[in-house]
Amino acid sequence: MTRQMTGAKMVVQALKDQGVDTVFGYPGGAVLPIYDEIFLQNDIRHYLVRHEQGAVHAAEGYARSTGKPGVVLVTSGPGATNAVTGLTDALMDSIPIVVLTGQVPTFLIGTDGFQEADTVGITRPCTKHNWLVKDPEDLSGRIHQAFHVATNGRPGPVLVDIPKDVQFATGTYTPPEKARTLHYQPKTKGDPEAIEALVELIEQAERPIFYTGGGVINSGPEASETLREFVDTSGFPITSTLMGLGAYPANGKNWLGMLGMHGLYEANLAMHGCDLMINVGARFDDRITGRVQDFSPKSQKVHIDIDPSSINKVIHVDLPIVGDVGSVLADALILWKSRGSKTRADSIQKWWYQIKEWKKVDCLAFTQSKKTIKPQHALTRLEALTKDHPKRYICTEVGQHQMWAAQFLGFNEPNRWMTSGGLGTMGYGFPASIGVQVAHPDALVINVAGEASWLMNMQEMGTAVQFRLPVKQFILNNERLGMVRQWQELLHGERYSHSWSEALPDFVKLAEAFGAKGIMISDPADLDDAIMEMLEYDGPVIFDCLVEKHENCFPMIPSGEAHNKMLLGEGAPTQDVIGTSGAVLV
Amino acid sequence: MSALKIKKGTSRHSAYDLRDPHAETEERHTLAVVVDNEAGVLARVIGLFSGRGYNIESLTVAETDHTGHVSRITVVTTGTPSVIEQIKAQLGRLVPVHDVHDLTVEGASVERELALFKVSGNGNDRIESLRLAEIFRANVVDSTLESFVFEMTGTPQKIDAFAELMRPLGLVEMARTGVAALSRGMD
Repeated sequence: MTRQMTGAKMVVQALKDQGVDTVFGYPGGAVLPIYDEIFLQNDIRHYLVRHEQGAVHAAEGYARSTGKPGVVLVTSGPGATNAVTGLTDALMDSIPIVVLTGQVPTFLIGTDGFQEADTVGITRPCTKHNWLVKDPEDLSGRIHQAFHVATNGRPGPVLVDIPKDVQFATGTYTPPEKARTLHYQPKTKGDPEAIEALVELIEQAERPIFYTGGGVINSGPEASETLREFVDTSGFPITSTLMGLGAYPANGKNWLGMLGMHGLYEANLAMHGCDLMINVGARFDDRITGRVQDFSPKSQKVHIDIDPSSINKVIHVDLPIVGDVGSVLADALILWKSRGSKTRADSIQKWWYQIKEWKKVDCLAFTQSKKTIKPQHALTRLEALTKDHPKRYICTEVGQHQMWAAQFLGFNEPNRWMTSGGLGTMGYGFPASIGVQVAHPDALVINVAGEASWLMNMQEMGTAVQFRLPVKQFILNNERLGMVRQWQELLHGERYSHSWSEALPDFVKLAEAFGAKGIMISDPADLDDAIMEMLEYDGPVIFDCLVEKHENCFPMIPSGEAHNKMLLGEGAPTQDVIGTSGAVLV
Repeated sequence: MSALKIKKGTSRHSAYDLRDPHAETEERHTLAVVVDNEAGVLARVIGLFSGRGYNIESLTVAETDHTGHVSRITVVTTGTPSVIEQIKAQLGRLVPVHDVHDLTVEGASVERELALFKVSGNGNDRIESLRLAEIFRANVVDSTLESFVFEMTGTPQKIDAFAELMRPLGLVEMARTGVAALSRGMD
């Protein structure tokens, strides 16, 4: 049965057929026909944001916390350009989202029409793929293909640009099962011989380590389950990137904590000293490797990744395995068990003795004062008071608070941790927390923020209040751009050029102005009560926690240095720790 | 890789078996990229090269299958072995890309380029240009009393050589198509 309908109706029908029930968006002239169709139905709930960047980050939060693609609907021109930061963020962190943009009618394209922008041109480098649809006959098929591309292979953002006359025109609706299949079908099964080689390496390794990343989260909860079984049965230590936290539980016995520039001492030294590194769905980012020439010099490296271009991009590996990490891990686990689940247990026990020596350094130690709240202390208390909540989701903005959150909060499940890793987008966390709360209405959703990041998308308070989303904005307020300040201290002779915020708002009054609750706290003695007050309030809260202004985030690998050149906490030298070669690095 | 007892060619990156991956010397490679001929596909490929800082020495593109709307982009690029591998992997993951063939490592191939040369002159130079054109098997496709347009097909090196010879004889303008290339043999 062929069904004729307008392009605008097709958009809504295609979204329904893709199982979409939630859209984040902002209307405008070039998407009015689609908004009219949204008005006429009840299956898809639309969440009106206050800025298009917020819509994309909210969709990212939705996608990361559910594993389902997030959907965004915005207008042409400024609507599309405002979405660019979110698209780039989703591309860098491999988050599946589908963004639908309105466009001026086809006969006005190229005339510099009102609110016209070359959306597919602008977003070509910051999407996994994009299309301009000029024919209503193609529209529904393209939307189905957009979902296919966004969710298959390495996930990412896909954009479909729809001119207004195509939304009004009538065409044939194509249901998902009839849509033309794309040539794009990435392989998910790993090469059996490579998997056998991996199992042999596992059997022979004396100082092994699992180094896991966001790919495990993206592969789905089954991948995390398989990883946990592999790690626990083998007894190998495991560390993870910022993106991969929660795949292996933070309370698991083999957990070393996060690695990288602000990772834990034991995790980085284990990476440096291992003889077998099994990279599962991570990409040897520069925050992880430090100085590439000195990265884990004595190890054989295995890299499991669904994206062939990730392999040998930064670090040359000995054994690449292209495939879905969940599928490859499952195949490897079956094979390893069938061969008797062998490891060199004596050597691995020695390896653990070494790791336990490194753990004794206690690299996250800090001294809490009686007068001011240390940011680490605030997070320690937040962790203590929320870790038993069965549905706790944490978002962050970008900066020192983000690193402290990764260090001091424990994640025992995947999809519970939403942070901007690759792009490092200040302003990500608040809208992301809105997306998470929309997906999980009865969950506890906390955005750990710095005051500077948070102000970048503070307009979304309107969204939180309008839709009664009880998101908790946990702001560690040091009146500084803390990470910028830290780098200026380390690299630029303590000349703090424009890294402090004057004229900050009164966050309590700001919350009240939006119709939310505000809490301000500066005395360590009142901290627990204030956190409980935040948790018990049924509605959005801005929690303004005034913290120590000059705290630095440690441990830290100065840029351009190797893993074993970490700076440890208080008392570490801070003058001239970044050499000339490292100074040019970000 | 051999230490791991993996057969050559089992992984996607088996080209590493053939060359030193850490070599710093730049190589010239001819890549044939088979793509869906959809709007913007060329911009996507070129944007990948400029965005990631890769080189394009020559680029040729046309639809080669009109019913399937499939185009073939032949791109000549230079880079270290690891950069060449990255270029291929990055091209391979673009959604409209069907296949990436590295004609430089996948056995023997033929490369041809078409060029047009406008040469103006009188007297001996004019006669000499005709004589050289004959040696190079270039055809005269336009003639006035004071100029020729020569057409020639050949390898880029042959075209360079002919251009060098024509320059003192009155070469005023030249147009090249860029390289088209196919592997030799059955497939």
